[in-house]
Amino acid sequence: MAFLEVRALEAYYRQTQALFGVDFRLDEGSITAILGANGAGKTTTLRAICRMVRTDGEVVFDGQDLSGLSTERVVRLGIAHVPEGRGTFVRQSVEENLVLGAYTRKDKAGIAADMESVYGYFPRLGDRRRQQAGTLSGGEQQMLAIGRALMLRPKLMLLDEPSFGLAPLIVQEIYEIMARIREREGTSMLLVEQNASLALAFADHAYLLETGKVVMGGESELLRNDENIRRIYLGY
Amino acid sequence: MDLFLQLTFAGLAIGSIYSCVALAVVMIYQATDHFNFAQGEMAMFSTYIAWTLVGLGAPVWLAFLLAVGLSFLAGVAIERVIVKPVENAPVLNQIIVFIGLLVIFNAVAGWIWEFTIKPFPSLFPADLGFKSTLIGPHHIGVIALTLGVLALVFAFFRFTRVGLAMRAAAANPDSARLVGVSVGWMLALGWGLAAAIGAVGGILVAPIVFLEPNMMAGVLLYGFAGALLGGVSSPGGAVLGGLVVGVLENWVGQYVPGGSELKLTFALILIVGVLVFKPAGLFGRVVVRRV
Amino acid sequence: MDRPNPVTPQLLAAVAVALLFAGFLPHLVSDFTSFQFTQAMAYGVALLGLNILTGYNGQFSIGHSAFYAVGAYTAAILLYHFEWNHYATLPVAALVAFAVGFLFGLPALRLEGLYLALATFAFAVATPQLLKFDAFEHWTGGVQGLFVPKPEPLIEGLSADQSLYYVTLAVMVLLMALAWCLLHSRSGRAMMAIRDNPIAARTMGINTALYKTTTFGISAMYTGIAGALSVFVTEFVAPDAFNFFLAVNLLIGSVVGGIVSIPGVIFGGLFLVFLPNFAQDISRTYPFVPPPWAIFGIFLILVIYFVPFGVWGAVERAFAWWKRRPAGSGR
Repeated sequence: MAFLEVRALEAYYRQTQALFGVDFRLDEGSITAILGANGAGKTTTLRAICRMVRTDGEVVFDGQDLSGLSTERVVRLGIAHVPEGRGTFVRQSVEENLVLGAYTRKDKAGIAADMESVYGYFPRLGDRRRQQAGTLSGGEQQMLAIGRALMLRPKLMLLDEPSFGLAPLIVQEIYEIMARIREREGTSMLLVEQNASLALAFADHAYLLETGKVVMGGESELLRNDENIRRIYLGY
Repeated sequence: MDLFLQLTFAGLAIGSIYSCVALAVVMIYQATDHFNFAQGEMAMFSTYIAWTLVGLGAPVWLAFLLAVGLSFLAGVAIERVIVKPVENAPVLNQIIVFIGLLVIFNAVAGWIWEFTIKPFPSLFPADLGFKSTLIGPHHIGVIALTLGVLALVFAFFRFTRVGLAMRAAAANPDSARLVGVSVGWMLALGWGLAAAIGAVGGILVAPIVFLEPNMMAGVLLYGFAGALLGGVSSPGGAVLGGLVVGVLENWVGQYVPGGSELKLTFALILIVGVLVFKPAGLFGRVVVRRV
Repeated sequence: MDRPNPVTPQLLAAVAVALLFAGFLPHLVSDFTSFQFTQAMAYGVALLGLNILTGYNGQFSIGHSAFYAVGAYTAAILLYHFEWNHYATLPVAALVAFAVGFLFGLPALRLEGLYLALATFAFAVATPQLLKFDAFEHWTGGVQGLFVPKPEPLIEGLSADQSLYYVTLAVMVLLMALAWCLLHSRSGRAMMAIRDNPIAARTMGINTALYKTTTFGISAMYTGIAGALSVFVTEFVAPDAFNFFLAVNLLIGSVVGGIVSIPGVIFGGLFLVFLPNFAQDISRTYPFVPPPWAIFGIFLILVIYFVPFGVWGAVERAFAWWKRRPAGSGR
């Protein structure tokens, strides 16, 4: 069984169905990307794994069935979600945001060490420890959101469009840091991106979502060379 | 001049009680965007519990601590059992549940303890070792104790892990869940703390206004006024607002003709005035909502 | 654009049957029971005001006892000090209540939902104290209040209670019809648009400020008329009758009857008159049952949990279900 196994996943917002049976898997230590157009259900898939929407179907993480758990319980299993729009606590300081990221942990020494390592990955955050998170730039807030997720010492990170609304240079910087994190921590990542070329370059595997269903999946290399994907999602 | 100072000090004392109520109101408001209209009656009920404990022979301080502790537990239970089912219901439904609670507490208190006025002992000795013509011993005690309680509350929110989690849950519940905070229990904890702080206010005000089931109606109104004046988004502002309202109340009562008889009308004018002219209060931030 | 005519034969038939029943009622029951029904109808008029405001315009008030007091005191002062004819006081009470409501609605305009609820809460709590105020004592009678006579029977052969019943019935039916016309008019649709989406309403060119204040005034007017009627029934006004718990009562009646409805107010009014007696009987008979007010509070919370749309909402839902059911399955 794979590290994360999603089978026949359906999701609903009140009466409206958003996912119509999504299936995919993710191996431990790997990076998997979910691609798709606006409204294809990428964000909903991440939210469904974290039990933030009403779902049907099966999500098994590290041998444990997630259905029926609350979001906080899912988080305690080691899944860190960097949500769409970053979800920073804007009135709290940078440091408080990171402390909150480690809310479920008790090892004080480990938390302090991890905080320093986050500041190591993102020196810009280190310079702004006491600053209110709401005053950070968009790129810095994205860094803070990733840093906060790292504070959980996650086994799996769910990243929802880390490139959203950021300048290309910043996006490049963030992806470089994410690559370094992967190298050092070996964290598995499930990445949602609209920027398909970026995602395919970063991920080992990718799945393509259309109107709430997986229509294609495989090695990134395979998708990158697919005629249709290239034309529709990569645009060359 | 002496009269003016006496009025001001007494105003600060009663104002610090308003601060407690204002803080309780603001705590629930920040976490849930709701005014708990039952806050006053809950505090009244807590005070009766303390009164009963004193009647059973408990030292007044012990009664105070027990009543505050019980109120905390009751607050948690009320949120979990009664308020939770309407968490996501329209505003009107929630207001009605609060009103229902208000009515129940009022009626049950009258049923158990009757509607007659009862004297309530002060927590503080009548002789503090010095005499002042400007301020009485109970008033000094009230100011000191509420300031102490408020400092504790602020320290709790500022320096503890749970306090931080509560602030996070109030500010951004979705993100709080994503870092593993159980938002529902943080709400319940907020209700518990608010009930406990309200109980402190009730027990401190009882020796001044006498204990009876309707004693908190005016206090709650002034608490609301204080919270609004300071700004419902600012706990510190709410505390300061409560003090200002207490002092103003005393000045108006003395220096404005008819002021002593129309204290509630004064609160009404204050509330409407603040809402109309300075809706964010003196220290609150203007909330700009995206549409 | 073609809209279906809201006046259907079924509606007219239902109204006719209800009126016929209401017309014979005082001859079927005792004077005291007629008196109770009169009280229920007076409450019903007040609830109509609250429903227009909250149910159809989306503004909250937990202080309608204040407007009820305004109407009651206007009527009582005219009767006591100027010895007016009872029924002549009604339009004056309506006007005064409208004016007070409109004025209160002006600052209330800037307040949304909860803040408005808070302001009206403060108004309701402050009202009894204002009524007791020394400077007004000559007019209001201070803490003692004022006693006024019951209106004489309009038609010979009717008792005073029966006569008052018919007058109240007529006033209520008239006001219900007016409310119905208002809500089915252009203005009514604008009021509901403001409730459902204030920003969209404004972009459609609706003067939301004017509508909201006027609605507040109309709502206060209905409740003020109810206050005046209640004076005829009880023959007495006193400040403490208009405390916050009256406001709570009105809210309860509104919610129980169905806050987004017109006919629901009848059920709300009946509930307010008959449930307290019932609750009192229970708590007298069984010593461990809590007092009537506590039962009221519990009832209120239960209604919100299980039937937030109220009695009339339930009737409408049942009716809609009946119409939707596949033909023939009823047998």
